[in-house]
Parts: sequence; structure tokens; C-alpha cells
Amino acid sequence: MSRPAPEPVQVVKQRRDAALAALVDGVPYIGFLGVRFERLGDELTAILPFDDKLIGNPALPAIHGGVTASFLEVTAIIELSWAMIWADMESGKLDPLTLDREHLPRLPKTIDFTVDYLRSGLPRDAYARARVNRFGRRYASVHVEAWQDNRTRMFAQATGHFLMPAREGTE
Amino acid sequence: MTSPPIAPQKFIEALPFARALNMTLEEIGDGRAEISMPWDARFVGDPATGVIHGGAVSALMDTCCGAAVLSFPGASSTATIDLRIDYMRAARPGARITARAECYHATRSVAFVRATATDGESDTPVASAAGAFVIERLNSEGKP
Repeated sequence: MSRPAPEPVQVVKQRRDAALAALVDGVPYIGFLGVRFERLGDELTAILPFDDKLIGNPALPAIHGGVTASFLEVTAIIELSWAMIWADMESGKLDPLTLDREHLPRLPKTIDFTVDYLRSGLPRDAYARARVNRFGRRYASVHVEAWQDNRTRMFAQATGHFLMPAREGTE
Repeated sequence: MTSPPIAPQKFIEALPFARALNMTLEEIGDGRAEISMPWDARFVGDPATGVIHGGAVSALMDTCCGAAVLSFPGASSTATIDLRIDYMRAARPGARITARAECYHATRSVAFVRATATDGESDTPVASAAGAFVIERLNSEGKP
């Protein structure tokens, strides 16, 4: 007996990148903020390139607290949605090439979100990664950390709870 | 930051991101503020429903809470320490969202603020918020 040949790497990459792009491009507010995502395997890093419109305190200058909150919440929702579709995508149940604005999986809804502002956001690019600490049928708990120049010096962190969309076979 | 009383137009003009979200300062004074934000297709978070992204609501709440702190008697500047937002229901697509914040207590250096956001659709707010803010005080000569 022989095993099926492993999928060619470019096929795997294309599938994953297409799914991520469909997810991210489908949300207008992500484009408005200018946030993009980099993927290494299933790990996502959100990137917020600095822009003058993101400033909240021109005197310092510092990134607006609302930008920081938005960046963290966007990162949490995409991470959670990504975790949601990953298994279906890898098993072939979900074909990412059929994903577009009209055919996206339903997104989780934010129940609550708490942001801890550790230091002011400097006028330069910011990065964030989220970790799903609870992935339940009804709700999920997600923690997010954001940093700028130095990975070990977070400028903000947040925890949020999200209502999971109804999924096939879980009702 | 400007010392109170704050000229309503100046406040939003001074905050590029508040301007980017088309916020309007409706009222401010005595530790309270009211700021509204129109619906805009660019602020949508869920393409399936057209509902505004929670992050945009957070930005509105943060701005409004900060404004409330700045209008507290004797305040000269502020910064958010933490802010929790509870999303009680989806805002109606197309509706303007109005946030009202109140700085209900301030110590020498910390201000406690709560806020609600409504969309004019029902008495149940779209979201509520509670946060702690740093408050810098004017000195006895009224200077920052």
C-alpha cells in the first residue's frame, strides 16, 4: 500500500492565502485602518502601518486609543475566524476559492472587549498577535497583544469574548 | 490638550482619527460629553449585515470618555488606562451612533468614566463602556 502523494506546497499555500485574503478583504473597516496580515503556517501577525490619520494626540504625537482598540479587536476577530475555518479548509470541506464577499463564513460577534493601555502608541508601525484561550461552541475567549519596535514591550493588550456563529452540525 | 472650556469644533479638529471617523462633538462640559459618528460603508465590520465594526464604536467611546475627562473641572490632559466595552446589540446599519460619557469620579490622578452608545432605534443602548483614565490637573494658577 502506498500513501497518497503529499499536496504540492504551492497548492497548500495558495489555498491558505486565498482563504485569509477573502476573510480580511471582506471587512471594510480593516481596509479603512490599513491593517494587513502575515501568515506563517497557521500563525497570523497583524500589521498596522503608521498613517497620519491614526493620530489621537498630535502634541506627542501618539496613536489614537481608538485605533489601538480597533487594531486589537480586528486581530482578535480574524484570529478567531481563522481558527474556525482552518479545520474545514484543511479537510477540504471548505473550498477557499469559492470564498468571496458574498460567501464568507459568518463572523464571530464581540460580546465584550477590554483594552489595557500600557504605553502610548508611537507614530510608527504596530504589530499584534492573538491567542484563542477558549474555543467553545457558544463563545470564545481571545487575548491579544500589540507591540511596536520591541516584541517584549507591549504597548497594549486586550481580552475579548465573542459569540460564535451557528455552525452546521452544532445546533 | 486644550484646557476647558473646550471649543467644540477645536476638539475634534485636533484629533486626526476622530476626524477620519467623521465624529461630531455635540455637547461637552462639567465632566460630561456627547459625541456622534455617522454610519459609513468604510466602517463596516460585518459585510453580511452592514453593521459597524466594534473597533469603530470603541474609538467613539474612547474619544467621548476622554472628552468627558477633559471637561472635568481642573483637568488639563488625559490618557486612557483601560476601557471595557460591552456590545449589547448590533447598531442599525445606516444609523448615526451617539455616545454619552460621564466622568463620575476623579481622584488627584485617576478619572473614572462610564458611557453608553445609542442609535436612536430603541432605549437599549448599542454598547456601554467603563474605563479608568489618567487625569492631569491644572495648578493653582490655572496652568497645566
